[in-house]
Amino acid sequence: MTAPLREPAADAAPSAAEEAAEVSADAKAVQGRSLGRIAWERLKRDKLALTGGIVVLVLVLVAVLAPVITNLVGQDPDAYHEDMIDALFGTPKGSLGGISGDHLLGVEPVNGRDIFARIVYGSQISLLVGFLSALVAVVLGTVLGILAGFFGGWVDSVISRVMDGLLAFPQLLFIIALVTVMPNELLGLTGTGVRVFVMILVIGFFGWPYIGRVVRSQTLSMREREYVEASRSLGAGRLYILFKELLPNLVAPIIVYTTMMIPTNILTEAALSFLGVGVKPPTASWGQMLSNAIDYYDSDPMYMVIPGVAIFITVLAFNLFGDGVRDALDPKGSR
Amino acid sequence: MLAYLIRRLFAAAVMLVVVILVIFSIFFLIPKWAGVDIALSFVGKQADPASVEGVREKLGLSEPIYTQVWMFFKGIFAGRTYSSGGDVVHCSAPCFGYSFKSEQAVWPVLTDRFPVTLGLALGAAVLWLVFGVAAGVLSALKRGSLWDRGAMVVALSGVSLPIYFTGLLSLAIFSFGLKWIKAEYVPIGHSFTGWLGGMILPWITLAFLYAAMYARITRATMLEILGEDYIRTARAKGLREQVVIGKHAMRSTMTPILTMLGMDLGALIGGAVLTETTFSLPGLGQKVLDAIKNQDLPFILGVVLITSLAVLIANLVVDILYAVIDPRVRLS
Repeated sequence: MTAPLREPAADAAPSAAEEAAEVSADAKAVQGRSLGRIAWERLKRDKLALTGGIVVLVLVLVAVLAPVITNLVGQDPDAYHEDMIDALFGTPKGSLGGISGDHLLGVEPVNGRDIFARIVYGSQISLLVGFLSALVAVVLGTVLGILAGFFGGWVDSVISRVMDGLLAFPQLLFIIALVTVMPNELLGLTGTGVRVFVMILVIGFFGWPYIGRVVRSQTLSMREREYVEASRSLGAGRLYILFKELLPNLVAPIIVYTTMMIPTNILTEAALSFLGVGVKPPTASWGQMLSNAIDYYDSDPMYMVIPGVAIFITVLAFNLFGDGVRDALDPKGSR
Repeated sequence: MLAYLIRRLFAAAVMLVVVILVIFSIFFLIPKWAGVDIALSFVGKQADPASVEGVREKLGLSEPIYTQVWMFFKGIFAGRTYSSGGDVVHCSAPCFGYSFKSEQAVWPVLTDRFPVTLGLALGAAVLWLVFGVAAGVLSALKRGSLWDRGAMVVALSGVSLPIYFTGLLSLAIFSFGLKWIKAEYVPIGHSFTGWLGGMILPWITLAFLYAAMYARITRATMLEILGEDYIRTARAKGLREQVVIGKHAMRSTMTPILTMLGMDLGALIGGAVLTETTFSLPGLGQKVLDAIKNQDLPFILGVVLITSLAVLIANLVVDILYAVIDPRVRLS
């Protein structure tokens, strides 16, 4: 990486005081910047990534403040508004799926629930599952990746084989299978609670090899570096080297892969809810709204467009931000 | 070459055993630990107690685990008989399970539906390979240009769109709105043009998603390879740019793409659940959704099993193709 090459020389040669003075003057003119600082400055110049980051921030706020927001517009996500529904066709009265001052994004067909309120609450499920399953993947991937890379030998072979196997197999199908065989009550949770818990675990479990692979290869290349050898020669133990020397250097790739994993996980949650193995009604989720919208794609197209666009904006924002973070943290990057 | 082939075949066989064990655990061990009555989940929750007990005996759920595993394996390779008292059902090899709810073996249902899914996957793969790789190569060659930025924005949007949304949208626009395409599945044996008409929207929607991924990967790989020494050497030799790109660079670029193609195609052949659901194509994926709705677990198990098999075979084919493309592989 970009280590300050001149510094050790200046320290090691007290006789060359003049040279040292020169070096410090040099350093002032150039101004040393930490890697984090460089990355942040690169990220600031990347308008697309910044926009993505802001959208992500807004989405997190919406999810956290969902009850406040729906109260503010005076809508409840579960309240029926049958007066808004055309009794003959079951579709919303008015144009564009019943969009009005009261119902900002219109109402659902048949029961007339407010779509805006359901989209706002749906963001909670999407982000909760997206973030927590990524967390599961990061913890598993980092621990197992470091173990494989650091210890090598049969530990490495076993972990690597497992990763290859997990990556090669159709994840969605295995996730569907695992979610369907789970009971309705688990560890004191019921209904949607169980589904959300199982989804987080299962999606995270199928995601860890992506992180594990990167962490493993980074660890492999780093454990042979001089600074690790230096630390070892000073008498550092294995644990010290793992946590104090290796882990800090793995932070960048882990951050990059985590930001890129969250949007995929959000899509998986939406897909599971779309297929009916995700959250249970009446809990609002974007995927489930889309699956209900199949029956109305011709008579009430707005019902399908709104949750679809919500998923699209969310995933795109995370992807743009993730790409930006990757470019910013990449020491080889020219941007 | 022969040694390489044998090694690959052996690895695939080991993998097959592992995969079957994993699938067995997903359906029989994990639910048991989680406290689920497996017999109940195999007949559906509305079943009467007598039939639940019947299924428990037929599946041998009270037997020790190793006996159950053995029966599971034996069923796949040699067929098995489910019996409870006088009630005997035979399921001939390959026995991918038996649906006690609809009283039929899983395998014939899967083979019936297989051609639909195969057609969907292969057609889409041709489209996404042609367009995805072409877009990726062009982007890499014209890095930073308007085309590159445009293509990459489209590709990023492509990977951010759920397929069931683009699918519904395309149905609403092209089938319902413009009435260009009649969106219904016609078996290829009945009418070839009818089949094409029914498949064109699913192909394009599915291919759009994958083309986006392939374009991103192709671009990244191509950019990396263009920086390698042997490309500089090829240019220094005075080779024409078409030869440098088309022959030297493309060959290395295709390796990771081939790997991805193997996995993706395998997974899709086993069931493009979301696409088939959106377009009501009667393939394997739609069977999964039906099975979820009807609580007919054996069909889910069957599709998971057949998909894993498809992935294994696809990976094996890719491994063999590798050896053809890249002579170094044979020696390692």
